Order: sequence, then C-alpha cells, then structure tokens
Amino acid sequence: MSVDLSQFIPTFLEESFEGLELMESSLLKLDAGDDDSINSIFRAAHSIKGGAGTFGFDNITEFTHLVETLLDEIRDGRRDITAKDKELLLVSVDCMRLLIEAARDDADYDEDKITQTTQLLEQTLDIKSTSSNVEKRLGNSNTGKPKDKIWHITFIPEHHLIQTGNDPLLLFNALADLGNLTLKAKTDLLPAITEMDATELYISWELTLTSDASEEDIREVFEWVEDECKLEIIEVEPTSVSNAIETHDSSDTRIAVATELSNVATALATDKSAIGIQSSEKTDKNKAKSKQDLGSIRVGVDKVDSLINLMGELVITQSMLSELGNDFDISKLEKLKSGLDQLLQNTKELQESVMKIRMLPISFAFNRFPRLVHDLSLKTGKEINLVIRGEQTELDKTVMEQIGDPLVHLVRNAVDHGIESSDIRLANGKPKSGTITLDAYHQGGNIVIEIGDDGAGINREAVLRKAIEKGLVDSGATLTDSQVFDLLFEPGFSTAKEISDISGRGVGMDVVKRNIQSLGGRIQVESEPGKGSKFKVNLPLTLAILDGQLVRVGTEVYIIPLITIVESLQAKEEFINKVSGDMTLYRLRDDNVPVIPIYQLFNLPADTKEVNNSLLVVVEADGQKVGLMVDDLLAQQQVVIKSLKDNYQQVEGISGATILGDGSVAMILDVPGMIEMAMKRAQEKQSEHTLEGALV
Amino acid sequence: MDIQALAKDIPEQGEYSLEGIDFITSGKQYLTFLLAEEQYAVDILCVEEIRSWEQPTVIPNAPKYVKGVINMRGIIVPIIDLRLKFNIGQATYSDITVVIVLTVEIEDQSRTIGFVVDAVSDVLNVEDNEIKNSPYFGGCVPQSYIEGLINVGAKVVTLLNVETLQLIEKHKVD
Amino acid sequence: MTKILVVDDSNSIRDMVSFTLKSAGFETIEAKDGVEGLSKAKAANYDLVISDINMPNMDGITLCSELRKLPSFKFTPILMLTTESSSEMKMRGKAAGATGWLVKPFNPEKLLETIKRVVR
Repeated sequence: MSVDLSQFIPTFLEESFEGLELMESSLLKLDAGDDDSINSIFRAAHSIKGGAGTFGFDNITEFTHLVETLLDEIRDGRRDITAKDKELLLVSVDCMRLLIEAARDDADYDEDKITQTTQLLEQTLDIKSTSSNVEKRLGNSNTGKPKDKIWHITFIPEHHLIQTGNDPLLLFNALADLGNLTLKAKTDLLPAITEMDATELYISWELTLTSDASEEDIREVFEWVEDECKLEIIEVEPTSVSNAIETHDSSDTRIAVATELSNVATALATDKSAIGIQSSEKTDKNKAKSKQDLGSIRVGVDKVDSLINLMGELVITQSMLSELGNDFDISKLEKLKSGLDQLLQNTKELQESVMKIRMLPISFAFNRFPRLVHDLSLKTGKEINLVIRGEQTELDKTVMEQIGDPLVHLVRNAVDHGIESSDIRLANGKPKSGTITLDAYHQGGNIVIEIGDDGAGINREAVLRKAIEKGLVDSGATLTDSQVFDLLFEPGFSTAKEISDISGRGVGMDVVKRNIQSLGGRIQVESEPGKGSKFKVNLPLTLAILDGQLVRVGTEVYIIPLITIVESLQAKEEFINKVSGDMTLYRLRDDNVPVIPIYQLFNLPADTKEVNNSLLVVVEADGQKVGLMVDDLLAQQQVVIKSLKDNYQQVEGISGATILGDGSVAMILDVPGMIEMAMKRAQEKQSEHTLEGALV
Repeated sequence: MDIQALAKDIPEQGEYSLEGIDFITSGKQYLTFLLAEEQYAVDILCVEEIRSWEQPTVIPNAPKYVKGVINMRGIIVPIIDLRLKFNIGQATYSDITVVIVLTVEIEDQSRTIGFVVDAVSDVLNVEDNEIKNSPYFGGCVPQSYIEGLINVGAKVVTLLNVETLQLIEKHKVD
Repeated sequence: MTKILVVDDSNSIRDMVSFTLKSAGFETIEAKDGVEGLSKAKAANYDLVISDINMPNMDGITLCSELRKLPSFKFTPILMLTTESSSEMKMRGKAAGATGWLVKPFNPEKLLETIKRVVR
C-alpha cells in the first residue's frame, strides 16, 4: 500500500511558516542566557528540518541542518551567542522562508542569497567543506545477490527482554517478511512452573531463514534488542540445509502462529489497494500569489459549537413557523409575527457566527513588523521602538491578506519620513528612541488600524508647496489641514529630497489609498508638527457583506454603500449654483459639492430631473464629495455582494449586485467609479463644445 | 407472472438486448428554437434551464441587446436578447417569450447566460456528419456564431457555436 | 483493534503517521506533546506508543520514563522518533525504557514495516 504524502504538505508548510515566525520573534527578543527561548528556537528549526526530510524537500533540509547545528551549539553552551550570530540567524530565517515559499509555490528562489548565507553559516560553524553535512538517508545497501541464501541465526535473548516491550515472536514476523523462516525453540532453560516469573523470558531460538536479504538486513530486524541478546548470523551453504526440525509441542503452535501471522500480514499488505489521494492541483492562483497566503483556517471549537447551537435554534424556529403555516388563520397573526422576529434574530446571530469563522486576529498581519522595524532601524541608523496594541482584534481573513502591503508601506513611511534621527530628537528635547505605534480596534461595524509615530509630523507647508508645483492645487486655494494631508495620496507625490529606497519613488501612498479603497475602506491622516502623525485606516469587517442604503431612481433600486455616505438632504434652491454651463454645485457648509444626477449618468427614466428640491445623498470617495440625486430614500440594510463579473463583465459605476428580499436583483453603486464617469462625460462635453465653438 | 422466465430475459453483464427502443448511439442532441421565423439550435448539454421571460434588472449604459440581469437561484445571470443582437424580427416580450439559459465551460471558465428567443421547438438528434458548412453571404448572424447548418426535412436549422456565445459581452473584466 | 498513541508536536508528521496507521487498520489517538501524551495514556490502554523526542512541555524521553512508571505501560512497546541514530540516543532511549526507535525522516512504508516488530 502506498500513502500519498503530498496531502500532508500543506500542513507542513503552514506549521513551518508558524515555526519561522516563532524563530524570528524569539530571536528579536533574545537576551543572553534565555534558555527557554533558545530551546524553542532550536525546536522550531528541528521540526522544520524533520518535516522537510520526510516530505522530500532536500534543499530545505540541508540548509536548515546548518541553522539547527548553530542553534544546537548555542543551546548546549558550546557557543555564546553574539550580535553577529543573531543577525546571521535572522537572515537564515529569511532564507528558510524563501525556500519554503518556493516549495509552496513550486517556484524559483534567490539561489545566491541561499548560497551566501550557507557559506556564512559554514564559516561560523567552522565547517571546511562546502558540501552539506546532512547524513543522507542511506537506502538499504544493495549487497545481497538476488539469489537466495540460507542464514542460520542463533538468538539468545536475555531474560528481561520482554520488559523492554519487545516481543521475539513479532521480531520473527518481521524476519519472516524477508523470506522463508523456520525456527526451533530451545526450552532447556525453562524453570519449573512454580518458579517461573511471567515477565521473564527463558527461551532461545535457532532460526533458519531462506532469503536474498543481506546480513545487514537481518541485523536490522534485531537492532533494538542487540544489547539485550546474543545474536549470531551465519550464512550456510545450500547443500547443508538443516534436517527435519525437532520441535517442542508448544513452539510448534508458536511457529504455526508466527507463520500464520506473517501470512496474514502479507495478505493485508497486498489486499489493501493503494491509497492514492490526488495531490491538490497547483492552480495558477497559487503561483501568482505574492501576498502572504494564510492557507487554511484553524477554527476554535468554541466557534464551531456556537454555530451548531445557532443552527439548532434556527431549526426550531423553522419548524415552529412551519407548524403555524399549517391551517393558518388570522388569529395566529401575532404568533407569526413573533416567529418571524425570532427568525430574524436567529439569522442575524447565525450570520455573525459564520462571519467569525473567517475572522482571524490581526496579529497575523502585525507579526511581520517587529522584524521589519528592527531591520529598518539598522538600515536608517535611527533608534526605533515598536509598540503593538490590539493584536487580538479580529478581522476577515481576506481583508487581512490584502491589508498587509499597505500597512508595510505606512510603517516604512513612518520610519523614513516620520521619525527623526536621534540627534535631532535629542536637540528637540525628545527621547532618543522614536516610537511607532500599531493599534487595531473595532468601531461600529468596522475595524480601525492606526499607525502612529512620535516623529516630526507632516510639514503642511512643504506638502502644499509641492502640490502647487505639481499642479495638483491652485496657488491661491485655501485648504484645511486634512485636505492638505490628503494630497499625500495623490499619484507621483513625494516630498523627500532624495527619493529614499525605503519608501519608494512616491508611488507608494496613492497605491496604499487605492488598495484600502478597493477593500471598501478609507484612510485618514492626523498630524501635529513636532509631535508626530497618525494614519487611520478604516476597513469593513468583511468583504462579502455591505451595509447599504437603498435608493430609488425611476423604477430601479440602487444601493449606496453606507460607509461612503456623509449625509442626505433635500436640495434647497438658495444653495444651488450652476457653473461652467453644465455643472451643478451644491453649497454644503463650506464645500461646493458637485451634483451627479444618477438618471443622467445611467440613462434611466426618473421622477426627479430638477436639482431644486431633489433628494441628494452626499457621498465621499477619494477625498472628494459629490451629491447623488435620487428619487427616494428607501431602507438601510445589509446586503450580500455578488459579482457581475462572473457571468457578465465589469460595469462602469457599478461595483456589484445583490439579491433583495423580494428576490429581485439590485445594483450596488461604485461611488469613485461614478465620479470618474461624471468627470469623463464632462470632459467629453467640453471638448464637444470647444469643437463646436471652433467650427463656428 | 413467471418470475423465472422474466429473470432469464435480464441480460448478463455486458449483454444489451433492448429491442424496439430507439437508442441514440452516436451524434449529439440539440435544442432548437425560433428567432422570428428562423430555426436555430444549440447543444442541449449546455442548456441549464428554460425560463419564461421576466423583466430583468437593468444594467446601466449596457447595449440594447443586454436586457439586464436576473436572479437564478442566487446566481446573477445576464439576459441577452438574441433577436436584438442578431437583428432578427421584432423583440416583443409576451407570455410565450422564452429565455434559454446556457452554461458553457471552456478551460475551467464557466459562464451562465440567458438568451431571449421567440419560442422553443424541438430536441433534435444529429450525427456529426449531418452538420453542413454554412455558406456565408453576409446574413444577420456573424459567422463566428455559426457552427453549421442542419437539414431537417425541407427546412434549415442554424446550429450556433456555444463557445462564441459563451464569450458574448465578455470584455472588460478588470 | 490495535490502538496506537501518536505523540509529536509537528502537525504534519502527526497527521502523516496517524493517517498511515489508520490506513493500515490501526486505531490512533494523537497528542501534541509529552504532557498531553501522558494524560491520554493514563486514560486508556494502548498496544503501542510512538513518540517524537524533541517536543515542548515534556520531551519524548521523559514521557517514556513516565509511561514506564504506569502499571499498564510496563511492557507496552514504545518507539521513539529521532533524527539521530547515534549510540548516545540509543542509550538515552533505552535508559528511559524505550523499546526501539525509528529514524527521521522515514516514509510511511518504512513506518509500517518497522512497527511489525512490535504489533500485530
């Protein structure tokens, strides 16, 4: 029978990544003399090496063996860990990660880095050869001639052999696997029954094995009891085959039993069909994944139990309603209503419970930062202290996978542009070490992630100047602080005199914002000069469900994501201004908010065509506010987002669809998309006018 | 009833003795439908469902022949009016207007689309060699949609290529 | 049915060993370290214990000697999973009362072959 090992590989990869994280975080915190940590770091490496060997990842085994050896020397006390060792180990962890990722994705890896680090490890360990020191598993030595040989084996166990848990009969079973076995028991040492100790062995054996196995193979069967017996293995010429074996009665049965057992064992081995489970196909998605793939989810039993309980309650409610439905008459109306309320409650709770299953603590995303900050601190020469809070705050697995990169960029940004050098800090009466704070907490139906620093803060003037230079704002414009800070997210923006390679060439912030928005979230900046800055990322707790405001335009129902809505109002004439011919602006306190009539944008019939007295839903996207003109405000509800792209295609201005309570389909508005549409239309119209004007 | 005698009639494994039954042994089956007076056909294996017409939810700024989307057992399915797409006859919507929902899978990309037609006719069994090439003299239906022609009695049925239909309106995905 | 206790802190190895043994018709109970292994051992009778050596909370060698102190485990075969086959490891194992060992990495076939020496 053959067991397909590939089914266990995902688990191995997952636990290896966990092991690497443990190694890294322990190494970062490691103090000399911290034996527990060193031991757990060693164990993690040891486990990875073992698993890699078992599942056939020889390159991982080889490399990890070196790391393990170094760790072993340290934990044994043969070597005191130095700062250099620590850095080498951290780099080694990186290498191991590369190798394991390559194994997971079936992709190439940076061989140079591995070779370099291998050399460093070998140097540190004082290993002369460049070839690996791993004892490769030796296959059975092929010394045996294919021809059968006759072996004469004398096996005299010590009396206490059984106490080790070994059973001679079973050893003979294993021996019988190698060929044809006959045996003769010698009972001359058996004491009288009354003096027998049931836990002692008084029998020795003479065995004859006809097999093509080698002496080594035979010895291997006895390897565990070598020290507890006298073992002689002699090859005998085929001509002097032993005579009829005299057997003691009881050993007769034992031989029969032993042979029978070995037959059964063989039968079992051949009958069992090969268990070959299809190894999971490596989809292209796997190869394309550059984001940290969290793989499977381990769900706590408590979450599963809660789910089961709620299911049970749902079933009860359902049968109650079902019963009410039989012979329903108007007198049962109240009961029906309360039953339906109960149903609502059940489904809500069930929904929450199901959501929780996909929720994981944000620590998975935060875990990479201690290492990142440590490395950046070294690289920039700035002393930086990282504080992480709220790492148990849970969020949806997919959201977490996608928020990683933006967060990294924000942290790099804080290190690079936020925190000042120690000199400047001291000169300003600040503590030498800068502090970067990562925090996460739930607020409303969202998760808020804060990246704060106690650095120099954002230089409003510099930002404004740069923006004017790049033509992003007019020189005369008056902007609030938050509007100025929002400029940071414009593409191509960078105030660093030299574009540092840490933060990137000003391509970072706008991508960060776009990524966050694509997750249905938003980002805000707070800053105080000299004190520091704080970036607040607001994300919905889940991707698939949206809190929406239903609105009616003509006969169609649309859904506006609640998170984008600033306010809804009825347009008053005095605040309506028409500019540039076609654009209608609504004065909302200090803002001039462009009005987008949905019916126009979507070419629909509608009740309301005039802005005056119309219903405006003011939404915000990309730092821009617009007023969407609708006919009616309907309910607010949670909707399940369904994609239009599966069977159709991307539709401009629409982010998805949902199925309403009545079974009909409603479109979910893509506010940024609609703003773009409106701007494009306006530009097209303008060029038309210009053309017309030119033609006149 | 002589059970024993009946039992003797049951074929041994490997034997097939089903006389008198019209068994389809080769060729494929096709669902035929009408667009105005013209007959068309599609591979029946791709037909997921035949529904009566219901007003779909409009897709903003979609082409005229894309009527919108419907909810089919939780799946969002676009509805394309073939009469408008191919410009055949009048696109009227009545009680007898029918939507043929096709699910076509090509290289593990599966799409489900509903096509509005005037009526559904028959199921035809057609051998591969009965499908003739279609001479293209610039009819309403673009050549890429036509797999071939089938002669049924005196009439002609245009066999449509489901793979081309599967790709309808498929541009603009990210 | 022959009952085997599988103790290893590595999920993938534990899964693999357990799966292999189950497929061969054995019943398996799993534990992720020596402490859990010992408590599971006390709760039932086993025909074989397979344990890794390097584990947190209680390592395999300690588990082995603790098991041997239990009357129900006096003669139960206990196999250690080890990455070394040094004589030092053998000594330590034997001193703790281990029946035998299996050197990592091993494949499922090797595992089944080897346990034949201690279970039916």
